[in-house]
Amino acid sequence: MTDTVGIVIVSHSKDIAKGTADMVRQMVGSEVKVAFCGGNPDGGLGTSVSSIIDAINNAWSTKGVAILVDLGGAETNSEMAVEMLEPARRDLVVVCNAPIVEGAVMAATEAAGGSSLAQVKAVAEELSAD
Amino acid sequence: MSLQPETIRTLVKVAAEQVIASAPELTTLDQAIGDGDHGTNMKRGFEAVLGKLDAISAQPLDEALKMIGKTLVMTVGGASGPLYGSFFLAAGEALSHDRHLPDDLADVFGSGVNAVSARGRSQAGEKTMLDVLVPVLETLRMAAGQPDLIARVRTTAAEAVERTAPMQATKGRASFLGPRSVGHVDPGARSSCVLVQAVCASLEGQQ
Repeated sequence: MTDTVGIVIVSHSKDIAKGTADMVRQMVGSEVKVAFCGGNPDGGLGTSVSSIIDAINNAWSTKGVAILVDLGGAETNSEMAVEMLEPARRDLVVVCNAPIVEGAVMAATEAAGGSSLAQVKAVAEELSAD
Repeated sequence: MSLQPETIRTLVKVAAEQVIASAPELTTLDQAIGDGDHGTNMKRGFEAVLGKLDAISAQPLDEALKMIGKTLVMTVGGASGPLYGSFFLAAGEALSHDRHLPDDLADVFGSGVNAVSARGRSQAGEKTMLDVLVPVLETLRMAAGQPDLIARVRTTAAEAVERTAPMQATKGRASFLGPRSVGHVDPGARSSCVLVQAVCASLEGQQ
């Protein structure tokens, strides 16, 4: 099987992260590795760097991983998580500037076609273009 | 100057306890213009720091700062985790590279401030923690070596936090409120002030 870009969904809410992952799965089945996380280290609303690192590793692909986030802290914590990865993986993970649900579905659909990480990111980010 | 383990221990303990004690106030401020989690997030992070107090104070200061930073990154659970975490990681990193206290204090603190600015893609004037950290850095530079340095830093931090009230937020969750963010002190600026005041108080107690 050809490797495809992995997708990670990071929301403040575990329910939103899981629901988004469910929608992605409905589109792309198991062709694309999808991981999600939501909630702070105590389980309340928020995000957790260690959970994000785990999700990235769970969705790992040699073609890289695209992360979709909801609000500020999810983005900041995702960027921090990427920097804390082992050096060989760091450059193969991007945080997309895109709405989380639409971005995740678009990114995963693009990834399923075998596109590169840059292409996957660009397609997700078209949603944020004016 | 190399700080004794007992000095590091007292500094970290006082700072963490002050942040934890200020959690209700931070939450109230954050409920006004943010998502209301700053107090509980900072409390969680600094409780984790307290939990590692023995390990932290057994390290030289540069490694102690990095350990605090990493702990905050992993436990805070909001944007303030990477922001404060990056501050301590960068300050520790600066100290590891041929900087010495007290002569290079402003330089070391400045490395932390730059890391916050880069992490948050933010500058002073946007109603964030930088509106306390940047003025404190300026005082550290201007009053370096002066006998009243600590007192001046305390005054700077106290005044700077109040100046965030009339600002309109352009970064962070408060920016969603636009003009409605005016009139409230920024919770991140307040927590930075609490940390600065706690370190100053601890140092004054040891003079």
